[in-house]
Amino acid sequence: MYVYDEHDRQMAAERVAQFRDQTRRALAGELSEEEFLPLRLQNGLYVQRHAPMLRICVPYGMLRSDQLRRLARITRDYDKGYAHFTTRQNVQLNWPALEDVPDILADLAEVEMHANQTSGNCIRNTTTDQFSGVQADEITDPRPYCEIIRQWSTFHPEFAFLPRKFKVAVNASEKTDRAAIRIHDIGLQIVRNDAGELGFRVHVGGGLGRTPMVGPVIREFLPELDLLTYLEAVLRVYNRYGRRDNKFKARIKILVKALTPEGFAEKVEAEWAHIKDSPTRLTPGAIERMKGFFTEPPYEALDNATDLLARQRFENRGFDQWLSHNLDVHKKPGYAIVTLTLKKTGTPPGDVTDQQLEQIADLADEFSFGEVRVTHHQNVVLADVRQDRLLELWEAVTPMGFGTANLNTLTDIICCPGGDYCALANAKSIPVAEAIQRRFEDLDYLYDLGNIDLNISGCMNACGHHHVGNIGVLGVDKKGEEFYQVSLGGSSHHDADIGKILGPSFAREDMPEVIAKIIDVYVDQRTEEEEFLDTYRRIGIKPFKERVYA
Amino acid sequence: MPDVINADGTVRQDEWVVVPRPEDGESLDIPSDQPALIPADLWLAGYEHFTGNDRIGVWFDSHDEPEIIADKVNELPLIGVNFPRFVDGRGYSIARLLRERFGYQNELRAIGDVLLDQLQFMKRCGFDSYVLRADKDISQAAKCLNFFSQGYQAATDTDLPLFRRRAG
Repeated sequence: MYVYDEHDRQMAAERVAQFRDQTRRALAGELSEEEFLPLRLQNGLYVQRHAPMLRICVPYGMLRSDQLRRLARITRDYDKGYAHFTTRQNVQLNWPALEDVPDILADLAEVEMHANQTSGNCIRNTTTDQFSGVQADEITDPRPYCEIIRQWSTFHPEFAFLPRKFKVAVNASEKTDRAAIRIHDIGLQIVRNDAGELGFRVHVGGGLGRTPMVGPVIREFLPELDLLTYLEAVLRVYNRYGRRDNKFKARIKILVKALTPEGFAEKVEAEWAHIKDSPTRLTPGAIERMKGFFTEPPYEALDNATDLLARQRFENRGFDQWLSHNLDVHKKPGYAIVTLTLKKTGTPPGDVTDQQLEQIADLADEFSFGEVRVTHHQNVVLADVRQDRLLELWEAVTPMGFGTANLNTLTDIICCPGGDYCALANAKSIPVAEAIQRRFEDLDYLYDLGNIDLNISGCMNACGHHHVGNIGVLGVDKKGEEFYQVSLGGSSHHDADIGKILGPSFAREDMPEVIAKIIDVYVDQRTEEEEFLDTYRRIGIKPFKERVYA
Repeated sequence: MPDVINADGTVRQDEWVVVPRPEDGESLDIPSDQPALIPADLWLAGYEHFTGNDRIGVWFDSHDEPEIIADKVNELPLIGVNFPRFVDGRGYSIARLLRERFGYQNELRAIGDVLLDQLQFMKRCGFDSYVLRADKDISQAAKCLNFFSQGYQAATDTDLPLFRRRAG
């Protein structure tokens, strides 16, 4: 994991001092609300339904146990004792007082954390696959590149006042995409070219919200040393030519569409030609140095604990289910990747209490070299667990509420905070998630249904990524009443696609039944091999429509 | 006379005036007794007339393209870049292009909705003078120009990004 040096520490301290001064001027009336707005947003601070909301950055989802403990303390000292893991791998506090925020940022800086650029019209936190560095099939560990991008984008003087927010995601696996890169403003797929050289396939102009789009490829191969200069060229073209007259048309996807991907790529290439050999060009040494922070933890030479696990699974059905669903294959024999789902029925997806944060910290220290990762599915990953200790881990996490064996199933719902917390929301989303979870409580049935992404957003801003859910639910407001629109066929992976709207929206109380009917169609129509999305793609939306609106 | 802030935070009096773009049918209203910044495209259109006059500079609005005077920038004593609203960040790119691509050496001034908290970004992008919006406290400018003692990126104030400085 990246460790601050004196430069990072100094800039973090200067950032806290700057925001303290800005907050003082805002409270003294020297800064108008309009003037303070982008400053506070770039320090993570929203003004929300109940109180300010503070979005704390978790670069590429990595957290150390001391950072988790500090977050726990902050939620106790300044908030109501819980936090929320977001679909951007960040952490949000829902009730801090404005005047406390500089102190919170100072407390965070002590453990090398911050809230820089977690909001506002600037380059946001760069995200990546939560299994980076531990999975067998990745081309290379994407995290050093994410940290390089983080540093380049932090306080970038040219790109702090872009037309709109700007999000970058990196993926390094050829088989899977857990970072949803094709729905980001820039999605970087790490690849090797025919000569074996490392580089990036560059997607630009994906995004959700009002005009959801899958990002087209604008460059098939970008050599790794050119990463920052090329990003700078993309951002400069966007900064100069992105629309600023209409907030809803200001994302880069609108510019890419207006110019066509080819036309946009030409503009970027023309800009890049001027700066590609500038001092911003990366050096092999700089990349090597960054890779030095993401080395392997002290793994022991182990064999896979196949026999032991077989015996333990035979003796304990709950453990068997958990292993079948919440475990992924680790690149090292004898180790496993474990996902702790924060999706226990009745708990808002992604919510954790201060005690749970400390429990996760303890689990990290005990089982996973003191580190965890946060996922954009709002779960937490222990990436380096010894296989012979999995039973012990499962027994520990079950009473904590993290043992729900529903990863990637219908009840592993991505869900924004919705109208319960968010001032932007048109409708509540948490109660819808809970009602669906209750309707599908039978685990065996869930497992039989296989992988299904169900995503819920409380408004068009699409924080719950509803457009790319295999089943997407969007809260809409009709004359002051909350309704829910359903879409089918979305995907955020390599086969990314935007879901199609099923038809007229539904009342909240009808939602579990609507989902059940959709699932019934799938169960009736599927072939043995098919996942939900496969069946949908084969039979189309019509049979679903007919059943749901019958 | 508005006060002008220098990149080092000091303040000086200055008599340059910004001549607005004339309405249709009107002509440029250039004062006879003061040096003036005129819209860059109009300077180019009247190039024969204006060239060599060190009391005429140009200004760009945020949507203007500095490319139009790329090969002539150093004929100008002063270039202004307007920030119509402080959240309109196009002027930062214009400044970097003027400095880094076109090699502009003379004074580069931020005008318009120039607030304290953007000054350091402006400085890093190549502005070396600033006319603060009138209602802002000019005594805080020096502090705001220097919130950060260094940056991660290369910009006009340093061509060495931090990763190169770290390499030693």
